[in-house]
Amino acid sequence: MVSKFGLANAPSSSNCTIYLGRLTMEVNYENGLNLKATELRLGLPGSDEPEGQTTPRPNKRTSSEISSSGLTDDGNDDHQASAPPAKAQVVGWPPIRSYRKNCIQAKKNEVEGGTGRYVKVSVDGAAYLRKIDLHVYGSYPELLEALEKMFKLTIGAYSEREGYNGSEYAPTYEDKDGDWMLVGDVPWEMFISSCKRLRIMKGSEARGLGCV
Amino acid sequence: MSEDDERQQSPPSDLEFVSNKARNCNATGSGSGHPEFQSAYPDQVLENVLENVLHFLTSKRDRNAASLVCKSWYRVEALTRSELFIGNCYAVSPARATARFTRVRALQLKGKPRFADFNLMPPDWGAHFNPWALAMAKAYPWLEKVHLKRMTVTDDDLATLAELLLGFKELVLVCCDGFGTSGLAIFVNKCRQLKVLDLIESEVSDDETDWISCFPEGESQLESLIFDCVECHINFEALERLVANSPSLKKLRLNRYVSIGQLYRLMIRAPQLTHLGTGSFSPSEIAGQGDQEPDYVNAFAACKSLVCLSGFREIIPDYLPAIYPVCANLTSLNFSYANITAEQLKPIISKCHKLQVFWVLDSICDEGLQAVAATCKELRELRVFPVDPREDGDGPVSEVGLQAISEGCRKLQSILYFCQRMTNAAVIAMSKNCPDLVVFRLCIMGRHRADPVTGEPMDDGFGAIVMNCKKLTRLAVSGLLTDKAFDYIGQHGKLVRTLSVAFAGDSDMGLKYVLEGCPQLQKLEIRDSPFGDAALRSGLHHYYNMRFLWMSSCRLTPNGCQEIARAMPRLVVEVIRSADEEEMDDAVEILYMYRSLEGPRTDLPKFVTIL
Repeated sequence: MVSKFGLANAPSSSNCTIYLGRLTMEVNYENGLNLKATELRLGLPGSDEPEGQTTPRPNKRTSSEISSSGLTDDGNDDHQASAPPAKAQVVGWPPIRSYRKNCIQAKKNEVEGGTGRYVKVSVDGAAYLRKIDLHVYGSYPELLEALEKMFKLTIGAYSEREGYNGSEYAPTYEDKDGDWMLVGDVPWEMFISSCKRLRIMKGSEARGLGCV
Repeated sequence: MSEDDERQQSPPSDLEFVSNKARNCNATGSGSGHPEFQSAYPDQVLENVLENVLHFLTSKRDRNAASLVCKSWYRVEALTRSELFIGNCYAVSPARATARFTRVRALQLKGKPRFADFNLMPPDWGAHFNPWALAMAKAYPWLEKVHLKRMTVTDDDLATLAELLLGFKELVLVCCDGFGTSGLAIFVNKCRQLKVLDLIESEVSDDETDWISCFPEGESQLESLIFDCVECHINFEALERLVANSPSLKKLRLNRYVSIGQLYRLMIRAPQLTHLGTGSFSPSEIAGQGDQEPDYVNAFAACKSLVCLSGFREIIPDYLPAIYPVCANLTSLNFSYANITAEQLKPIISKCHKLQVFWVLDSICDEGLQAVAATCKELRELRVFPVDPREDGDGPVSEVGLQAISEGCRKLQSILYFCQRMTNAAVIAMSKNCPDLVVFRLCIMGRHRADPVTGEPMDDGFGAIVMNCKKLTRLAVSGLLTDKAFDYIGQHGKLVRTLSVAFAGDSDMGLKYVLEGCPQLQKLEIRDSPFGDAALRSGLHHYYNMRFLWMSSCRLTPNGCQEIARAMPRLVVEVIRSADEEEMDDAVEILYMYRSLEGPRTDLPKFVTIL
């Protein structure tokens, strides 16, 4: 299992053997010229018999097991102790900055209709629904202003105690849990990530929601 | 500033020698004999002359060399250095820097090592700008420029810069974090002389402050405003006013919250732009439905000086033809956020004859790269990023694309290429076709992946690169690599300064070859490779010449690292653990070591131990 920062976990006892074995081999290299390592050959790696070449390194397979789909181990020392899931992603690999990853990922989500940036908006009494991209707006006032423009209605001011009491309309939304909430109660970022759809209710119906 | 400078000891006799010679010259000098000239202290005259001459010396390497000549030169060089570059913010303290260099106008600082970008370093490791900000404000009240890379900058630091540095003109933050829109708001409001505000690949937290509105009213001296990395909505009307009030504005890079319709309005106000980041390059959802589309082609055609184009953050490819009028003049084009196909690229790239820098996503496939190779004969720098950054994802680009580029773009100097498959043959071809390569960074995304055609390791390919590309200074390797690859690098990579290694090598020999063979090595970053304490020892002769060494998930032990720390007192040896793991006795997760004049830093988080 790969820890949060992709660091090697505690080696199991079976690996200590390999580790010590590696040290032994190193001593040999220091004394000799190690011509073998720099020898030019056409053979596949690991096809030579002498020790030190076929002993599998903990994080490497012989060529016959290498497939174009990559390895299933995650590059740290105890892959023999446990069997990580196939194609486990390693932290920080490939070396792409998270900003770039997030940008491309966001695009993919959009294309695949993923995590809910685009939400449906219904208005009580309107014949059909609209769809808006919540990410276009940076705050509640901007969202409400856009909704007012889009549907030619007034929503009025939000207050923590009274909600939108006194307004003609009140904006509500369905969150991840399926509950209908009043728009404005939670921080903006939380709202964007949990909002599944919007419903602009008539003020009279919404009165119940505003009172604590 | 080079830390080397501190090690020089100049004998006082040099100074006397110089003075004596000058005195003799005066005594036997021209017959007319000016009394005032004869009574002036000769060393002072010499120093004044030197000062005037050294003002013209700009290269920091030259300056470092000049400061080593003798104490007089050291002193004068320190007085005349106006641009201070510190490659590792922990190598020297703000106090020491400000004590030596008293007339600095521009400061450039770098903090975290590059692997921190890939989440390999726990957060809050360090590289705080704060002590520097305070020191600068006191020592250099006339400071004009600050350029930071991978540092943590707080809102308070931005306020310090803005409030205490009256003539402050230029702030460039690359890969920085720790600040938000409220810090930006204070900064832009108080910096009345601001010419450059460049936020590049930095993390800016959204405090829901409308910072664009905080620029002062009236005419502005703004020349460059880059905020494409700022992930918050901005006040467009305020931005439009700002652009209209900035006749000197040459560089403008918008974030993805600016729609193409808004881009149009900005472009017609700023046809003098040379660098443009287009923002989303798609229409906004609400506005523009059913409205008349503006004439985007015309807007681009009006920008006759445009040479650098980027952005396209949420591109609707239908709008691409709008940029046709500027293609012929473009020297730099960044499509690395635009998921476009080869077919969509071709009509653009076929017009970009002058292109020198091209960043793109691999969505264009090998076919797209072939189109680039066919037209862009002046290409100097190419970066191909993956749409799907996974080890086992689709591989739309391969050795075919690399081969094509090598054959078409002979003047290539720098390449960064992400792919799923690569052959030695293609890499060897590039080494022969592009002899001017200075930077070669190949990332085969599957770890330990061999040459798919021959089944061989990638040793020979990278070997050819170091052998044939005689100007190579930066190298990043990947794929299946044995110690042989490192032997090649040690033997032939004599100019290599930066080397990046991941999941490579067989044994300690690999690292030894490099540490013993590469005399110019400054920055070495290694992860997940089987190099241990013995290999680390083999670099003792060289570590003071390096900026840093990073080794994570290798075979190092605390004892091995301790040995290095004991042997080299001016080296700071940091052992960094994953924040939520217990201290481990037998393995070092991350080793980060660097030369420093200051010894262990005082702002250590819990998970860092200095040996």
